[in-house]
Amino acid sequence: MSTQVLMPALSPTMTEGKLSKWLKAKGDAVKAGDILAEIETDKATMEVEAVDEGVLEQILVPEGTENVAVNTPIAVLRGEDEAEGAAPAPATAPKPAVKAEAPKAEAPKAEAKAPAPAKPAAVPQAAEPEYSGPTATQTVREALRDAMAEEMRRDDKVFLMGEEVAEYQGAYKVSQGLLEEFGPTRVIDTPITEHGFAGLGVGAAFSGLKPIVEFMTFNFSMQAIDQIVNSAAKTNYMSGGQMGSPIVFRGPNGAASRVAAQHSQCYASWYAHIPGLKVVAPWSAADAKGLLKSAIRDPNPVIFLENEMLYGQSFEVPQDKDWIVPIGKAKVVRPGNQVTITAFSRMVGVALEAAELLAKEGIDAEVIDLRTIRPLDTATIVASVKKTNRLVSVEEGWPFAGIGSEMAAVMMEQAFDYLDAPVARVAGVDVPMPYAANLEKLALPQAAQIAEAAKQVCYR
Amino acid sequence: MAKAATKPVAKSAAQPAKIPSEDLIRHYRDMLLIRRFEEKAGQLYGMGLIGGFCHLYIGQEAVVVGMQAAAEEGDTVITSYRDHGHMLACGMDPKGVMAELTGRAGGYSKGKGGSMHMFSAEKKFYGGHGIVGAQVPLGTGLGFAHKYKKDGKVAMVYLGDGAVNQGQVYEAFNMAALWKLPVVYVIENNKYAMGTSVQRSAAGTKLCDRGLAYGIPGEQVDGMDVAAVRAAAAKALGRARDGEGPTILEMMTYRYRGHSMSDPAKYRTKEEVAKMRQEHDPIDRLRERLLAEKHIDENGLKNMDREVKDLISQATEFAQASPEPDPAELYTDVLIDLETVRA
Repeated sequence: MSTQVLMPALSPTMTEGKLSKWLKAKGDAVKAGDILAEIETDKATMEVEAVDEGVLEQILVPEGTENVAVNTPIAVLRGEDEAEGAAPAPATAPKPAVKAEAPKAEAPKAEAKAPAPAKPAAVPQAAEPEYSGPTATQTVREALRDAMAEEMRRDDKVFLMGEEVAEYQGAYKVSQGLLEEFGPTRVIDTPITEHGFAGLGVGAAFSGLKPIVEFMTFNFSMQAIDQIVNSAAKTNYMSGGQMGSPIVFRGPNGAASRVAAQHSQCYASWYAHIPGLKVVAPWSAADAKGLLKSAIRDPNPVIFLENEMLYGQSFEVPQDKDWIVPIGKAKVVRPGNQVTITAFSRMVGVALEAAELLAKEGIDAEVIDLRTIRPLDTATIVASVKKTNRLVSVEEGWPFAGIGSEMAAVMMEQAFDYLDAPVARVAGVDVPMPYAANLEKLALPQAAQIAEAAKQVCYR
Repeated sequence: MAKAATKPVAKSAAQPAKIPSEDLIRHYRDMLLIRRFEEKAGQLYGMGLIGGFCHLYIGQEAVVVGMQAAAEEGDTVITSYRDHGHMLACGMDPKGVMAELTGRAGGYSKGKGGSMHMFSAEKKFYGGHGIVGAQVPLGTGLGFAHKYKKDGKVAMVYLGDGAVNQGQVYEAFNMAALWKLPVVYVIENNKYAMGTSVQRSAAGTKLCDRGLAYGIPGEQVDGMDVAAVRAAAAKALGRARDGEGPTILEMMTYRYRGHSMSDPAKYRTKEEVAKMRQEHDPIDRLRERLLAEKHIDENGLKNMDREVKDLISQATEFAQASPEPDPAELYTDVLIDLETVRA
């Protein structure tokens, strides 16, 4: 059977080119891989290789021809088993077939006409179970440690790796006692090599293990962000659902105290931007424990943002090893009627202080602990705003493209008719974190500022 | 493709192991399948049926075929974006690979990954990664998992001569050596990182020595000779399986085509390419050996050509007949549903 050799496209944008030279003549035998001709575009000279074997029966476009359109037949190749002079087989309609299917030129038009696929409705989140069992007073640090220990007892695929997590017992003592209980194969001190061990953890997760990767602080996760975003978050999608990354990246996030610009920033907005990641940022010790257990059990990559300033704070914590807090559920930590204040991590405590200040002035604020940043529990926030008609969003991170920006957009889209005032954002000041004590304090949201913002949206 | 039936015995490169006749024939067929597949992919790209970036493996076939020849069932493979050959060598179906190239529902990633991002959990092929060097820590993690699970398997981690200048590669080398992970790093040195030659990008061009500071032994191998690759692979895989840690194999190879389809290849001469093809082509060399040593005759080779050609035709037809992914697929596989996992 004869086949037509078509003018090839050598880049996604090429539409035509010059057939500058034939390297085979009529009657020449051709093997797959042989160079048939040279073609030129405005950018380059390229070679056309034969894909099939046979004899070059006809040259349809002589050398030197300019502006040969892509997919024009340029030669006919006779198959090896065929008699000479046999009529060239009708082109197996490559040109129209290609045109009909050409994805590049036609796709945008087709897309414009096709109805947009329906975005799946948000998956209803599992309700948070009521807990009535025994509790104990624990610090956030102890609660995190217990969460890891309980999950490591439950599933031997769970392991912890990071800098100083084993023999040093954790740079912030979060992994205290884990090496003793689980041994060095499951509690692993790494070299100072964030990019490397983050990637190693993701690879281990691809093959079914459940790594907990500790960053000494999330500031150092920027060394590893390619592995988090490009490898952990995207591979399940890129593999058509074959290969997930059940991994937790955890560690302290946000400003600590007097450690200045490179060690004080909030990554909530950075990671929340990425489809394929879940982002959790608890405030209380109970939520820290319940959410970390959920994160470890989750089949997806979870960014678990802790806060160094909270590690030593104590809360009542459920003591049942089967108790967890579902990811994706915000919590009303102080009910109120006149203004909604959302916050996460350490800012929840500051927001509660602000609510006390407001109460003294007769304003009844509702404080919501977001707990999970992505997927955001918009239902709980919208329900609150329908009641209060006002929203103040609080975060430690910078305002530009921050969580508050997202909150404002969600209110526009889902609660516009209920708003009695524009959404107010209280955020970290839009500068690198300074070292000096007075400047550092000025750079972070304070209770008085939050109260002031709340009064403004209440027109007081 | 079938893997070596028995655990290969480690032999020094100077004295290559005697390779059974049927293995040599199979290696020839496996290399031919990759060559023909890539030629067809190049053609489909020219017809506009494959989009974006498309990096062909033509010329380098002996590397992955020789490595897989020494591998065991359950060993894992990971590479960069020049990955079509690796997938075929891992036994993935040419239909599914070609349909992914054309962005169709029948592709290995349902059309959502494309040439550079393809995976098969079943065939232990872990991608297909588009960021130069990122597969090296990931593959080291596969090795870590083999050791953690004590399954006796080895991760084969492929990287190019360009990736060896990425910092994360050395972070991975350090941990692999420190923890004696069962990993074989296969540097496919095809002499050019896109358009920059090794001489112009590497201070110290003997890339197999890049692990010496970590105590990782390295060896340069004729990557255009499938028997040499197989012998070196057997030795390195054996070391890893015996708990002695990683090895670096620097495969001296060559790609005949450009870095990607739209590469005018002005950084090297046509004579250089032609000389490699004429004097070192891995498929031609093995073909000559098969005939000279009478492992197979011309007729047998012709039948094999036909069989491979048919497979490629079927893959090509499938890749064009398979529909584009359903628009609803846009939203699937972003996150794994917790309920699905429980069920």
